[in-house]
Amino acid sequence: MEPILRVKEIYKGFDGNGVLQGVSLDIREGEVVVIIGPSGCGKSTLLRCINGLEKIDRGEIWLRDQRISDLGKDMYRVRQRIGMVFQSYDLFPHMKVMDNLLLGPVKALKKPREEVEAEAVEMLRRVGLADKAQALPRTLSGGQKQRVALVRAMLMHPELLLLDEITAALDPEMVSEVLNVVIDLAEQGMTMAIVTHEMRFAEAVADRVLFMEQGVIAEEGVPEEFFREPRTERARRFLQSFTYASARKRPRDPAGMPEDA
Amino acid sequence: MDWEFIGSHIPDYAAGAWVTLRFGLCGVGCAMALGLICCLLRYFRVPVLKGAARGYIELARNTPLLVQLFFLYAGLPRVGIRLSAEACAVIGLTFLGGAYMAEAFRSGLESVEKSQREAGECLGLTRWQNIRYILLPQALATAVPALFANVIFLIKETSMFSVLAMMDLMNVADTLRTSGGRTVEVLFMLAAAYLALLLPVSLLANLAERRLRYAGFGNQRSV
Repeated sequence: MEPILRVKEIYKGFDGNGVLQGVSLDIREGEVVVIIGPSGCGKSTLLRCINGLEKIDRGEIWLRDQRISDLGKDMYRVRQRIGMVFQSYDLFPHMKVMDNLLLGPVKALKKPREEVEAEAVEMLRRVGLADKAQALPRTLSGGQKQRVALVRAMLMHPELLLLDEITAALDPEMVSEVLNVVIDLAEQGMTMAIVTHEMRFAEAVADRVLFMEQGVIAEEGVPEEFFREPRTERARRFLQSFTYASARKRPRDPAGMPEDA
Repeated sequence: MDWEFIGSHIPDYAAGAWVTLRFGLCGVGCAMALGLICCLLRYFRVPVLKGAARGYIELARNTPLLVQLFFLYAGLPRVGIRLSAEACAVIGLTFLGGAYMAEAFRSGLESVEKSQREAGECLGLTRWQNIRYILLPQALATAVPALFANVIFLIKETSMFSVLAMMDLMNVADTLRTSGGRTVEVLFMLAAAYLALLLPVSLLANLAERRLRYAGFGNQRSV
């Protein structure tokens, strides 16, 4: 099957620093690709390049049969087909939740207001925010804001959804209420590229995991293999940084001690 | 204080106030439009025009209104452009005020997080839709105090219109003073007249500022 998105050998630098150094990536319809890696590896920049928030220096990006990497002013049409949600929610603070949701579909897509409103009510209900339609964003918790941001993106019916560390700013107890929404979307067949630091979520939702380091995709694989048995030393070290070991809790039996302890 | 003198000249001052207010508000309105355009040219880094806007702002801010008015009224006729005093007044005030308004709008726009603009772009809004629905409403909320300060400043600057021989408040007072000599009464009425014009604007500014603060948007941001 032809991929929805093709990223071909893209390069992007900021002030002489090569943030992306030849990244290629295909995403198929209905596929969930999770991108992980240490901070500064270029994973957020990759997402931002895909929908044109950053201009690439070299390479090509295709959405189905259209090259979208050099559209300039016409990029807004493509962005109507690619959704994106950020770490900082970025709800519009001067609009009620419902107006946040209606803006894109009504103004950009020119859909009838009543139709979108009915759909928005239904979607808010599904993410547990039925009573918040008339609330101002500042009255919501972080987890609620991020669910609204997800609904706002989904109401555009994007062909591809980009999620850029959407739980990174949340208190721990709010992470799962947001990620459960994402897992629902995955089950409904939404095509997604997700940057995250939540490894267990990545394992649960991904069809494919990309490990990025220093501007390149260093390893790629299905989650079952990647998380159990990463092939590269760099990925192994990165995954280890998410586990903790304390000497206090080590077994007393010297046979159980690691050699270098 | 000669209250009878004051009472008998209230109609003169009212006529002067009307001139001040009419041409002042005309100039202020045009200045806001010009300022907004200049500010957007700079914010969106429109090639060439952003430089022109920058140059204009510095020119207008760093020359006195008096000089600008003389240039329009006495200088332009030398090159064959003859404008009425009223046109000169409105153009001059617009020229001066546009620069101040541009800076006020800029302070507002710059207070809106860049990510707000990106969030709008991600919804596939055109640049103009983004300005209209997302950037400007938030920018205005922040810029309101600065904008109102400019309005008051510009209305006071209309006192320069008297050099164009327009019968604004300043000129009414000047004429009365030089003919009748009741300096204290004349100046007292002049100050009172400006106060009567501008105090409501000040109060309106306070009200708008408070309302927008309660609405909870503008430069305060909770993440």
